[in-house]
Amino acid sequence: MIMLQAWIEIACILAITVVAACAIAPWLAAIFRVGAKDTGDAPTGLLQRCLAAIERPLLQAAGSWPVREMTAGEYGAAILVFHAAGFGLLLGILRLQAVLPWNPAGVPAVPWLIALNTAASFTTNTNWQSYAGETTLSPLSQTLGLTVQNFVSAASGLCVLAVLTRGLVRRTSGTIGNFWQDLVRSTLGLLLPLAILLAAALASQGVVQTFATSREVALIDTTGSPAGSAETTRRILTGPVASQVAIKQLGTNGGGYFNANSAHPFENPTPLTNLLEIAAMLLIPLASCLAFGRWVGDRRQGRALLAAMALLFLPFLLIIVHVETRPNPLLQADELLQSVDQGASTDHEGGSLEGKEVRFGAAASALFAVGTTATSCGAVNAMHDSFSPLGGLVAMWMIQLGEVVFGGVGTGLAGLIAYTLVAVFVAGLMVGRSPEYLGKKIEAREMKMGMIVLLVPPITTLIGTAAACVLRGEAAAAPNPGPHGFSELLYAFSSAANNNGSAFGGLTATSPFWTLSLAAAMLVSRMLTMLPLVAIGGSLAAKRTVAESPGTLPTHTPLFVLLVAGTVILVGALSFVPALALGPLAEALQPLPALIQKGTP
Amino acid sequence: MPDPETPPSAAGWLAMLIAQVRPACTLLATLAIITGIFYPLAMTMAIQQLFPYQASGSLVQDAQGTVRGSALIGQPFRAPQWFHGRPSATGETPCDPTASGGSNLGPTNPALAGLVRERVAALRAENGSFLGPLPIDLVTASGSGLDPHISPAAARLQVTRVAAARGLPQEIVEKMVTDHLEPAMLGIFGRPRVNVFLLNLALGSLPGAAAADRSP
Repeated sequence: MIMLQAWIEIACILAITVVAACAIAPWLAAIFRVGAKDTGDAPTGLLQRCLAAIERPLLQAAGSWPVREMTAGEYGAAILVFHAAGFGLLLGILRLQAVLPWNPAGVPAVPWLIALNTAASFTTNTNWQSYAGETTLSPLSQTLGLTVQNFVSAASGLCVLAVLTRGLVRRTSGTIGNFWQDLVRSTLGLLLPLAILLAAALASQGVVQTFATSREVALIDTTGSPAGSAETTRRILTGPVASQVAIKQLGTNGGGYFNANSAHPFENPTPLTNLLEIAAMLLIPLASCLAFGRWVGDRRQGRALLAAMALLFLPFLLIIVHVETRPNPLLQADELLQSVDQGASTDHEGGSLEGKEVRFGAAASALFAVGTTATSCGAVNAMHDSFSPLGGLVAMWMIQLGEVVFGGVGTGLAGLIAYTLVAVFVAGLMVGRSPEYLGKKIEAREMKMGMIVLLVPPITTLIGTAAACVLRGEAAAAPNPGPHGFSELLYAFSSAANNNGSAFGGLTATSPFWTLSLAAAMLVSRMLTMLPLVAIGGSLAAKRTVAESPGTLPTHTPLFVLLVAGTVILVGALSFVPALALGPLAEALQPLPALIQKGTP
Repeated sequence: MPDPETPPSAAGWLAMLIAQVRPACTLLATLAIITGIFYPLAMTMAIQQLFPYQASGSLVQDAQGTVRGSALIGQPFRAPQWFHGRPSATGETPCDPTASGGSNLGPTNPALAGLVRERVAALRAENGSFLGPLPIDLVTASGSGLDPHISPAAARLQVTRVAAARGLPQEIVEKMVTDHLEPAMLGIFGRPRVNVFLLNLALGSLPGAAAADRSP
């Protein structure tokens, strides 16, 4: 009965998300002009006129008016320079926050290592946080520093998707759009309006949004701790939270205002905000698939990619919800804990509740976890470190699949299209026909670039994890004993190298090795996925379109959906099953009685 | 129009990068002002007008008009006359809003079982008359360390102790628990729960409660 309610809750949240995605798909599709310049789609309609009115003054100021189409090389250069500028700005704000205005608590400059790590993290849409927001950052750093990157890093992801789509749509074109126009349109035309709506909705439920940053209250129970320390007050921290939480969810960024992220009652106070936050992180990745179908003029193509994502998502959703709502076997096996009721009833929640909030319950926390790792969001409403071994495995593997199951805003679908090209290529080899996707021949250059997109994140993850295990003392950053400690190391590099940002939070990643290697992992894999994708777009755009023939492999059929999903699973499994066997699988299989003996005081 | 198939020379690449510096810096600055200053500023002003209570932290006052805390943020309760919330893993002191976070103990970490045993023992000692099973939420730490809620079962099992410590009839305390029960939204979203902070605030404002609260 309780599980039935949990499944209904999950089904409702997903259904609401799909409806919302269908609703915004036409809007998203209209943001970017994908066809070649001379093929028309002149600015008609209210949205187009609004976009034109917004972008014109900004692009004029930037010296990019009238808009000039870019080659893939120029587009890539623009992405690179823009990320470098964003990195510099954020690093500057973090280092100078002590002397900049709006620093009521007087927090000092962020230490160099943490500042470098954070700047890399937020410019790459990762939002890995090796600091606690409430004690490390001033409100100005949170808004002018982090919120800005939350917007523009997500917008850059959409730009990459637009380029790849143009590559498929345009014929013998030397150019693939203008990065600055795409950037302004996706930031101000899509993300900002959505963030305004979501921030208002979240705030109505209790997510704080205020200039006041701190309030001292006297405790109701002034008994003091058993140790006798006289603690009679608590300092409640507030700030401009709703505006940042809205974009951190919508932009699949995930960097919380507070350390506890969306588990914090001021970031996620009610089941309704939990619903909105889950829907928000899935919204744009889902809508991108539908918009893709509109862009390429065949909606079945978008639906097929969406189906491939859903096919990869739903089985893992079933697993994680199942294992997280089950009792923790360690506590269940403990003789002294037989009187603890871990089963759910109408009267109390059950399951693995360490690190989870009562208001959400275990099932909705598991849904949030699989959503945040499938998309590259990385916000958490429960502590993944305390998830059951198989629950943690699902979260970790969703990240390791390369963030293409919904994935990051723009980059997720773009990454899946790279997998699709590989699937087309493999299928072409099997039947002995030249591989094509949407009328474009897939040749050596696309495959080379596609392989970089596919292989850089796993290579970075595994080398980083291996280094952490081998280097003297660095593995000690993981506090939990046994295989779970290894999982903490593996999760950290998986998260950084796939630009997710969630963590097995027990890890103390503040040493020079950890801050710098994770920063490098984030930068390397972000750039070495975005730039090759732009290159694929450029090289596809230059090609002629091949007419469809009876021998063409249809790319909208269930068989093709299976082929794409199979390619993703194969690459993910071949790369990571050995590592997962050492971590979460070993943890799930280890004998419990020995552990209980150790737990005896 | 350069042919995209032939990559430009090193100097060509450098020129391409340099050409993007001005638009990059200008657009970063303008987008930073719009999304980093105007957006949070305008949202704060608008939301403060629309939802002043929620936007300021759902701060709750007692009968005297003093702010006693936030309806969303849990506080530590230890004395027997108060309902106790979930264990909290926030740094040095429990329920510290300046150090939100969970224990991050792994699911098979023996230390987790050890902590749960201690909590079970403490609960049994405090609530001697309660012999039923202890709900899991009362012996595990929340993710934020600030969870203000416990399950209805976790509240009910404390009724006898609280009533005895306050010298109140059980029915009155039980009714207060029932009054503070928050159901799942539409019966589907979230879980039924009791807000310990609001419940205790109401307990403290009962006539004649002040004496009980002061007694050790």
